[in-house]
This record gives sequence, structure tokens and C-alpha cells, in this order.
Amino acid sequence: MNDVLSIDPKLIKGIAFAVFAAITLFGAGYLLLTKNILYAAYGLLVAFLGMSGLYVFAGADFVAVTQIMVYIGGILVLMIFGIMLTQNKVMKAESSNAIIVSSKNIMWGIVTAVAFFVGLLTMLYQAKFKLSKAYVAPESTVDKIGISLLTENLLMFEVVGVLLLIALIGAAFVAKKLKNE
Amino acid sequence: MEINNFLLIGALLFSIGMAVVVTKRNAILVLMGIELMLNAVNLNLLAFAQNDPNRLQGQIFALFVIVIAAAEVTIALAIILKVYNYYKTIDLTQVDELKN
Repeated sequence: MNDVLSIDPKLIKGIAFAVFAAITLFGAGYLLLTKNILYAAYGLLVAFLGMSGLYVFAGADFVAVTQIMVYIGGILVLMIFGIMLTQNKVMKAESSNAIIVSSKNIMWGIVTAVAFFVGLLTMLYQAKFKLSKAYVAPESTVDKIGISLLTENLLMFEVVGVLLLIALIGAAFVAKKLKNE
Repeated sequence: MEINNFLLIGALLFSIGMAVVVTKRNAILVLMGIELMLNAVNLNLLAFAQNDPNRLQGQIFALFVIVIAAAEVTIALAIILKVYNYYKTIDLTQVDELKN
């Protein structure tokens, strides 16, 4: 083997982790800073994709795939529908781009977020987590999650399914047009 | 991966989501901030689930959090559409009357 090619796999893993973390934080930061709602939705898309990469690094392949399917395939599409359905025609006539919105309470927002972050950070670095040895399973977690959902967590699984059904029916009922509107 | 990396990224994302929720005036953007915060919490759950490879309780919990988030966002968007029909805006600073 060539010596140049023998790179430490831990280093590669660290670099890939940093790349995914940077993608996630970039998406989230763009969501915070942009004024265009549609661009914010795309920033959220980037954040969700980077986040599913991070999930894989935590050994959660099934959750990562679920994240892509539910968040990007479902929630984000719903939000873009919401953005498009709530555009005001009056605004569109007078401004060049109606999906641009301004912010409020910028100072208080930054103060709250920074204070919260500092609080979390001090808590994290003071905490002494008693962890068993970190171990990322080399095999897929799909089997374990499937078996666990149908044995140990069966009741929760069924209840959450019914909850989702009720929520979707309720959403359709709330959003429907009444006759006098 | 070292657990503190995950927790640090989770804390950063939660703070960004909180800043979005506090500063944005559009209701849908506030909803996006809430989704970001839920994702940050999920990241913490999965980071701790690494140390529980036999039962994977953190991952199961993260799955339920994802389902609840989906239910929450559908209801919230339905309410936002109703608010838009009534007020013709979803600017949260203008939606401020309880009774007409």
C-alpha cells in the first residue's frame, strides 16, 4: 500500500462530520438571516438534509431516512403550500416582492437566544454524563426499531398513529371553507 | 462520535430556532423556527441513544417526536390559513384583536 493513501479513518470521519454540521448550521443561519420566506424554506431544507447526515453519524440510519421522508417530503412541502396560499394580492401590487417580511424585536431575540445558548453551554460542560461506552452498531438499526415498535412500544405506536389520523382529519376540517365565507 | 459535538450543535440549533421564533413576524416563519427546535432536540436524543445500542430508546423517542411534529405542523397550517382568510394577513403584529 502506498503511504500517501493510508489516511486515518478517524480524521476522515471528523472532517465529514464537520462538513455536515456546517451544512446544518448554514441552513439554520440562513433561515434566521434572510428576509424572503421562500428562501427561508430552502434554508430549512438545507438544514434538514445536513441534520439527517448528522443522524447517520449518531448511528441512526432509519431515523435519518425518516427525517428526509417526513420533514423534507412532507412538512416542508406543506409549509411551501402554506406560503403560497397566504400571499396577499394587495401587497403584490405595490411591492416588487411580496414574500419579503421584516423582523421585530431583533434585540430581544438575539439577547434571548444568546443567553439561552450560554446557559446550555455552561450546563453541557459542567455536566458529568455517566455514559456506557459509546458504540455505534455496525449493522442497521431497522430490525431493532421494527421489533421494538411492535413489542415493547406497541401501545405508543398505535396511539401515535391514531393521533396522526385525528390531527389530519381535524386539519382538513379546520381549513375547509365555510358556506358563509 | 464524541457526544459533546452533537450536544453543541443541538444547543446552537435550538438557540437559532428560538431567535427565529422571537424575531420573525410571519406566522409560517415562526413555525419553521419551532421545527428547527424540535430537530435540535431530536439530535440530542439520538446522540444519547448511541450509548444504548440494545434497546435504542432514544431513536424510538425521536421517531415519535417526528410524528408529533408532523401532526403539529398540519394543524398549525390549517389555523394559519383560517387566520389568513379572516385577517387577510399572517403578520403576527397585525393579528391582535380577539373579537371584532
